[in-house]
Parts: sequence; structure tokens; C-alpha cells
Amino acid sequence: MATQHSRSAARVMMAPAVILLLGWMLIPLTMTLWFSFRRFLPLRGGDLGWIGLENYVRFVTSSSFWPAVQTTLVLVGGVLLITVVLGVLLAMLLDQPMWGQGVVRILIIAPFFVMPTVSALVWKNMFMDPVNGLFAHLWQAFGAEPIVWLSDASLFSIVLIVSWQWLPFATLILLTAIQSLDSEQLEAAEMDGAPPLSRFGFIILPHLSRAITIVILIQTIFLLSIFAEIFVTTGGAFGTRTLTYMIFQRVLESQNVGLGSAGGVYAIILANIVAIFLMRIVGRNLDA
Amino acid sequence: MNLKTSFGMATALALIMAGGATAETITIATVNNGDMIRMQGLTDDFTAKTGHEVEWVTLEENVLRQRVTQDIATRGGQFDIMTIGMYETPIWGRQDWLVSLDDLPADYDIDDILPAMRGGLSVDGTLYAAPFYGESSMIMYRTDLMEAAGLEMPRAPTWDFVADAARKMTDRDNEIFGICLRGKAGWGENMAFLTATSNAFGARWFDENWNPQFDSPQWKETLTFYLDLMNDAGPPGASTNGFNENLSLFQQGRCGMWIDATVAASFVTNPNDSTVADKVGFALAPDTGLGKRGNWLWAWALAIPAGTQKVDAAKEFIQWATSKEYLELVAANEGWANVPPGSRTSLYENPEYQKVPFAQITLDSINSADPTNPTVDPVPYVGVQFAAIPEFAGIATLVGQEFAAALAGQQTVEEALEKAQALTRDEMEAAGYL
Amino acid sequence: MARAVSTQQKTINTVLAWAIGLLIFFPILWTILTSFKTEAQAINDPPLFLFFDWTLENYAIVQERSDYMRFLWNSVIIAGGSTIVGIIIAVPAAWSMAFVPSKRTKDILLWMLSTKMLPAVGVLYPINLIFIQLGLLDTRTGLVIIMMLINLPIIVWMLYTYFREIPGEILEAARMDGAGLRDEILYVLTPMAIPGIASTILLNFILAWNEAFWTLNLTAAKAGPLTAFIASYSSPEGLFFAKLSAASTMAIAPILILGWFSQKQLVRGLTFGAVK
Repeated sequence: MATQHSRSAARVMMAPAVILLLGWMLIPLTMTLWFSFRRFLPLRGGDLGWIGLENYVRFVTSSSFWPAVQTTLVLVGGVLLITVVLGVLLAMLLDQPMWGQGVVRILIIAPFFVMPTVSALVWKNMFMDPVNGLFAHLWQAFGAEPIVWLSDASLFSIVLIVSWQWLPFATLILLTAIQSLDSEQLEAAEMDGAPPLSRFGFIILPHLSRAITIVILIQTIFLLSIFAEIFVTTGGAFGTRTLTYMIFQRVLESQNVGLGSAGGVYAIILANIVAIFLMRIVGRNLDA
Repeated sequence: MNLKTSFGMATALALIMAGGATAETITIATVNNGDMIRMQGLTDDFTAKTGHEVEWVTLEENVLRQRVTQDIATRGGQFDIMTIGMYETPIWGRQDWLVSLDDLPADYDIDDILPAMRGGLSVDGTLYAAPFYGESSMIMYRTDLMEAAGLEMPRAPTWDFVADAARKMTDRDNEIFGICLRGKAGWGENMAFLTATSNAFGARWFDENWNPQFDSPQWKETLTFYLDLMNDAGPPGASTNGFNENLSLFQQGRCGMWIDATVAASFVTNPNDSTVADKVGFALAPDTGLGKRGNWLWAWALAIPAGTQKVDAAKEFIQWATSKEYLELVAANEGWANVPPGSRTSLYENPEYQKVPFAQITLDSINSADPTNPTVDPVPYVGVQFAAIPEFAGIATLVGQEFAAALAGQQTVEEALEKAQALTRDEMEAAGYL
Repeated sequence: MARAVSTQQKTINTVLAWAIGLLIFFPILWTILTSFKTEAQAINDPPLFLFFDWTLENYAIVQERSDYMRFLWNSVIIAGGSTIVGIIIAVPAAWSMAFVPSKRTKDILLWMLSTKMLPAVGVLYPINLIFIQLGLLDTRTGLVIIMMLINLPIIVWMLYTYFREIPGEILEAARMDGAGLRDEILYVLTPMAIPGIASTILLNFILAWNEAFWTLNLTAAKAGPLTAFIASYSSPEGLFFAKLSAASTMAIAPILILGWFSQKQLVRGLTFGAVK
């Protein structure tokens, strides 16, 4: 339907966004690539020359590299699992008739508005503190020994905090999707005597698949770069050092820009593997 | 633009501006601890005296360090004054990244600065940062609990005595823990304490050829001793306790002893915040008879990054904030006990200040720390609880995370030391020492 | 949704949903409550819920220590500015992708999203150097640019999915009537797209408001938004739960209120094309 004229107009209209993002991607990326091949130590005189692939080798052979990759995947996977499963359940509940649905939705959406730094601070101090935290009081009230959340269950604690922040997002998208479900179809299934579980499995879940993909894609983008939550709570200790955090430690704490840049390149590669994988799915869904 | 020309331009600009004596607005990056917050509250006095305005960037310690390091390393020029410590000053000073403070006027009385502090903040005799307050570490203990345990704290105890007392004072049913020590990972947290303590046990970070020494028996002894003691007499969740957490525990009356910064003395004896204010005694940090005490030396100091165009106004501020008059100003407003300690000799000669119960022990602790000769065996680095090389902060934070994991029971002493050794070697190789 | 449901079922739904809602909201509620306590009450054992001496003292102390309004204003400018600029750049791009799709449209869209995967820490050093060269450090302009670039892919994508739901026939009808490209966008598309644009604006405002890496690392005294404000309250000497809570409440209150008031608009467009 598009004419030649509108095609070139479209190209012009797309240009600013494409050029900006191209610049945003290429300029820092090129610089990062450049640094990654050099011995670059700002506190010891800056750029000390070309060292080939040394930074790359050093970064992967470091004893903390594979644990960091694992932590990253566990963190992202854990949060995705929790938010999607709870999100679906919560969305189905909210779809039911009830009193005060609007207020409940307001309550549930609230964590999404809270800054990551603030939510990490609040959880760390007021809930997870082993002496004065609310959880410690709660555990004591039941006669149990308080858990030292941020060291004994460190990764779980961070997964918990991040899930709390992202559950509203997942719930909202899934809720909109559920609401668009044709209720006649459901009723028909109900009349046919389909048990609730198979109604869920054969009608609701397939209908939600697209929304779930979207939730996973968007959350993955944000979760791969999680930083503030780790910085504030454990500082990367107790097995919570993700790839992003490891790069942070190389670049800012050790001030080894070359090594950190090599790590950055690895992170970009990892992110893109995940991205290609995800986008295959979304891309297919977008076509549909 | 290279450093020299920018520096030259800055000087030229400063000269022009000094001629006009115009009022400037200077930007100061600082840490969010009590003394610094108090100084912010008193900024009006500075503005009234000089006409210069001050804009504060107050950050939590880790964020501050990250921001100022990034700024100085990239010549960002965001700050006219940076609050830095005894660790950064010699490294940055050596690189000519800081403005020398040797030309402060005579009435500032630079010779009044405690020799230990001046030494730690100078490179080859040139002062690069003026101490706002200084600290060492010492034992703070509960006199009532010590008495109940039937013991008497000597002025200079050994680690064996401290460990024994800690175990006797512990009463878990009443949530009283014999000893509170830092466990939270970080080069300025658990590693400050453990590095200083390891000196007392005869350990060291590096030998003269920069080989990491975590495989030495002394480190094993240090770490084993610390873990055993904390498991027997420490509070729960010690692996996430830093200075703040321990301070709070001590103020709530949960700790028998606490070995930490001397500045904590004014907090634990302040009846407004502390439930045990009248039951606190002090002693020097413990040793093991090898000739070194595990007490560190630290100062939060104000420095001017080279490249700022407001050198004169910045110097005026430093003069004001680290002067004798400032101490009197705080004393007049908040009492002598709240004066920033550990920077000037004259403070400790002041009869008013000598009445403060922890004044003398603080001074003695500071004077007994020796950054240039910190360990039993010789080392190639300067610094008691750190090694003044740029890589140390990063390495020690990683090592601290391994030690914290050992304290949390997630790995053994041997595993922690093995990992520490491997990663330190890794980083030192990456930095080109080995 | 006119499904017949017994009152009993409805009651169970209500109780369950409210319980979960309150549980999720509780950390925020607790922070707000704690901000009105004294420091001693904040760590009282057992914890105090409603019956304590309410005080505004913490807010006064926080305000005295840091000029809240300046941080708030910076947040508004940075979040608002980056969203507006982003929308201006994204609307034409999303329009052309939605209505003049080519073979590469989807690739371009996915590529745009992939730029969001660039780890910020990895490129901090280069960006810092570029900002120094351009004199953008500690300026609101600099942060508006960065926030805009970070969120641009999301903006384009949201708008694209929204525009795609607008039926093409309407456009063709308008074209038949002799409407030019400009008129088409201004008078036909825009009114239909307003809800989508509104929710895109809201989402991006929230994302930019809460971004805490760049806003902290590229600012000093002048351009620091509320994320920098909160950075001076984490772990000071001693545990000041009440003051921390007051500062936290101040940092999140504006966006929370905005979010609540506009949640209907926000939710309507938050589908990312998930609903057909």
C-alpha cells in the first residue's frame, strides 16, 4: 500500500531515532573495545599501551568469572520465574469480581514506582536487619532464631527484593491480557464441564503466552543490568556478584579500565545471546 | 589539553581572581558522617567570614569514594574540594593530582597538626590534604560487664586476654555478646580491622617483592583466631556488621567489647544515643607480644584536586574547616566531646578537652600507630590497615568478601585464604607488579 | 465481565486480593509510618505500628540537611525533559514503522531494543570522557540526553505496538479525502494515539525518575536528582531508621502520587502489543 513517496518519508522520519541510537551504541562500544585491548590503569598513569587479548584472557580465567555468570543467570531466572508465576496468579485473581478492585490495583502497582536504591535500603535495614529488622522480630515472635538474610540467604534476598519491584509490572501486563480474553469461550468450557485446571492449561495459558513473552523480554533487559540492589545490600559479597557487578568492581573499585572493558564486551556478548534467543520468540510473536 | 597547561591556566585564573577577591561558590564532596554533617551546619560561619558560598555533595562513604576517584582519574573537575582519606592522599599526591597545601598562612599553624596525621597525608614532606579528623582504633568495653566477669582490663591488653574476657562476658540468653568486631566485607570495613589485626599476629599483605602472603601461617592464625572468637563470643549475623551496625549494638548494650575507630568513643559515651554511656572504659588495641599493636591510623582529610579554578577559595575553606578556631566553634555550639578529634596537638593540650574521658587514650593510640613500619616483617608498602597502592582498595574488597563468607560459615579458613591468595595474585599480575 | 458469581465467592476474592495487596504494599506503608517515629521508636521491640507519638521532626532534619526542592526540581526536569525529547524523536519513527513497514522494520526494532542491553558500568568510562569533552558533566542537559537515549528504544517500541492497533483503513480514508502526510499525522493519527502516547510518557517518566546509575555518576552539586539525594542517607554513622524512612518517603512520594493518579492511563497502554 505504501507509495514510493511515503517510503522515503518514512525513512526520513525514522532517521533521527536510528542515528541517535546508532551513535549511542557505536561510540561507547568502539571506545570500550579500544580500551579492552589496552593496559589502561587511570591511577597508575592512564593508558599504558597495547596488550592484545590479555584482558580478555584474564577476565575469563579469573576465579570469579563463572560464578558471576551463574549468579547472573540465577538472579535473572529466579526473578522471572517468581514474577511470571505470581503475576499470572495475581492477574487471574484481580480479574475476578470483587469489592474495591481499583484500590487493590493501586496497592499492587505501588512498588513499581519505588527507586531501586530506596527499595534496597528499606528492605535491607527495616526488614532484613538481623537485630532490628521486622523479619527478625517476626521470627522471634515465633520463637525462631532470626535469619541473617543478606549473608545466609543473600542471593535469595536479592531475588526477593527485585521480584517485589517487578511483580507489579508483570501483573499489570498479564491482567490486561487476561481481561481481553473472550469470556464466552471460558464459559463454554465451563459448561462443557472442563475442570478449572484444564481450563487454565488449555485456554488461559495459551492466551497469555504472548504477554508472558513480552514480560520476560522487557524484564530481562532491565534485570541483566541490576546494580543498585546489589550495591546497597551486599556489595557483591556472599555469592551475589553478577557479571555487571564484577565489571563495576574492575572499573570503579580496582580502577582497571582495560580489564573492566573486556568484561563489558563479554557482558554485551552474553546479553546478545540472551537477546537473540528472546527476540526469536518475540519476533515470531510479533509476526502473528 | 594536557595537565600542565590546564594547571597553568588554573593558576593564572586563580591569580586574576585573587586580585579581585571575588566571592566564589565552591563545590565540596564529602562523606555523610556525623562530624561532616555538623560542619555543613556551620557553613554560614565560613560564608560570613570570607563571602564564599559552599555547595555540598554529601554521599555515603562507598559512593563518595567511587565518585571522587572517577572524577580525579578522568580529570572531571566536578569538585573544588574532595574529602579523601589517608589511603588516597599519598597515591594521588604522588601523581600531582592534588594541590600542595604547604603555603597555608602562618596563623594556620601547620606544625600543630599531629605528626602522625601530617606524615600520613604528605608525600616527601609536602602536605596534600588537611586532616579534618583523625582516628586510630582501640578497645571500648563495658566496665560493668568486665567487673561481673571478675576481670580487670589492663591499659594495653593482649589478644589472649581479650579473647578470654570476651568468652566470659558472653551471655547469649540475655543477648549480650562478649565482642563485636567488623565482619562486613569491604576494604574499609572488615579488611581495615583484619589487616591491622594481622599486623599484631606477624602477618603481612605482601613480601618485599609484592608476592601476596595469604598462604603464610600468620594469616591462617589471624583468621582462625578471629573466626573462633566471633563464633564463640560474637553477635549473630556478624558478617554484615560494619562500623554502624556495631555502634548501634554497643549503644544498645549488646556488646561487652568493641574494637573500632577511636571516634566512636564520643558516640558511645553520649547519653542521648547510648544506653551505656556511663559504663564505658577504653584500652589500647590488643597485641600478641610480637611488638606490633593492631591499631590503625586514618584521617578524613580535605584536599584540592589539581585543575580546579577556585584554588584560593578552596584553600580558604580548608583553613577554616581544619583550624583551631573551628574546633572552638564546635566546642561552643556542641561541647568539647563533639569536637572532631585527632587532628591537632593543641587540642590535646587544651585543659578543657583533657577532661573528655577518651582524649588521652585516643592520642596515645594515634601516636602508637606507625604507617611507615606497620608489620613485624618488612613490607614494600606504607599503611597500617591498608597498603597505599592504587590496587589495594579493589583487591581488599574482594578478599574481604571471601573472609566475610568464611565468617558466615559458607567456607573454611583454608578455602577463604586460598581464594584470597589466588585473586590477589591475579590482580597484582594484572596491575603489573608480578 | 458479567459473569455470575455468588456473593460468597466475591467475598473470598475480595479478602484474598486485599490481603495480597496490603502485603505487597506493606514495605512502603511501613517506611511511611517509620518516618513519623522518633529514632528510638523506630527500633522499638516489639515494633510499633500506629500507636506512637507521631512527629515531623525527621522531615525537618532531612530538609535542613539537604535542599529537597532542588533535588526534586532536577528530577522533574531530567525525567520530564528526557521523556518529551524522546517522544518527539520516537513518534515519527514509530509511525513510519507501523504504517510503512518494510522488510527490515522488525530487525530495526529489535536492534533498537538490543541497545538497551549495553551494560552501563562497562561504558561509564567512555561516556564520562565524552561528557568532559562536551562540558556536559553535572548538567541537566547531559542527563536529559542520556536518559532519553536509554529509554528511546522502549518509547519507540511502545508507540509502535500502539500505532499498529490503529486500523489502516482510517488512514486510507483520510488519504482519499486528500489529507497530506502532515494532516494525516496531526488530525487523524494523533487523536487516536493519545492514550498510547500518554501511557508511554508515564512509563518513561517513571523509568527516568528512578534511574540511579547515570544520575549518580554524572552529577555533582548542580544537577543531582532525588537519586543523589537518597545516596547521602544510606548508612550514615549509626542506624537512623526514622531519618532514612523520611528521606525515602520524600524521594518516592512525588512519583507514587503521580503514578496513582494516572494509573488508569498507564495501565491502558502498558500492553506492549501483548493484547490483540
